[in-house]
Amino acid sequence: MIEWFSFAQIAVAVLAGIVCLVAGLAGRTPADLTLGLTLLVEVLLIVQLVVSLVAPAVGNVATGSVLEFFVYLVSAVLVPPLAALWALVERTRWSTVILGIASLAVAVMLYRMNTIWFIQTA
Amino acid sequence: MGLILELMVQKSSSRFAGAGRLLIVVYGILALAAAGRSMVQILTRFEVAPLAYSLSALAAVVYIVATIALTRTSARWYRIAWATIGFEFVGVLVVGLLSVFDPVLFPSNTVWSYFGFGYVFIPLVLPVLGMLWLYRRRPASTVSKQLPDAAATEQR
Repeated sequence: MIEWFSFAQIAVAVLAGIVCLVAGLAGRTPADLTLGLTLLVEVLLIVQLVVSLVAPAVGNVATGSVLEFFVYLVSAVLVPPLAALWALVERTRWSTVILGIASLAVAVMLYRMNTIWFIQTA
Repeated sequence: MGLILELMVQKSSSRFAGAGRLLIVVYGILALAAAGRSMVQILTRFEVAPLAYSLSALAAVVYIVATIALTRTSARWYRIAWATIGFEFVGVLVVGLLSVFDPVLFPSNTVWSYFGFGYVFIPLVLPVLGMLWLYRRRPASTVSKQLPDAAATEQR
């Protein structure tokens, strides 16, 4: 994990989550903005996956449990696509709220990953 | 993936409408979190706290079953939903109390330790919302005539 990147990623996920929640509660069905933000969260997760796989090779090693870290990361990668699939099939305001919850859940998982990588000791 | 598609096909079913979708999604995320965590705990350090980690695994399975049950409409799944969500509620209360009064028994965090503190108390709040939801969505056979429009109101 790269510290500034993971914090930026958490910020993006929180922002995407809040925008989707607000849009959904305001009655918007999933649209370019909300689906685009969810896509952005997913792209950043895939970048994070690549970074975390490569990082140990260049001396950036997790201080905590690597297994726990990757269970979180792989779970997180699955969340936005499932929410987006739901949003594409069922175009109601609730699907937009679900996009928001998905991004917020990703933010929490990223925070946990951050703790495992930088703070937790194995 | 199959399950998700199946969920979407059933979208018109009575208990799978409106805000109920959110409940299902939050249950799904909690099930994922509990399952992932307990898998890691059991694989890496089961001997440290066998009771707490076994309970973690049981909780994860119950969350998964509850998530599935919430998406189904048959009377049998309705009863399963009550049983699993009720079990969770009792679980979070009992384990929450035990972890406060006997930390030696629960040296490590589980979903239910300290009333779900590690999961921002979602494990404590969710079963209550789940039971309220189930109560409002009870099958027609058990609903008396005084609530004829309850289902219609929720279809929005």
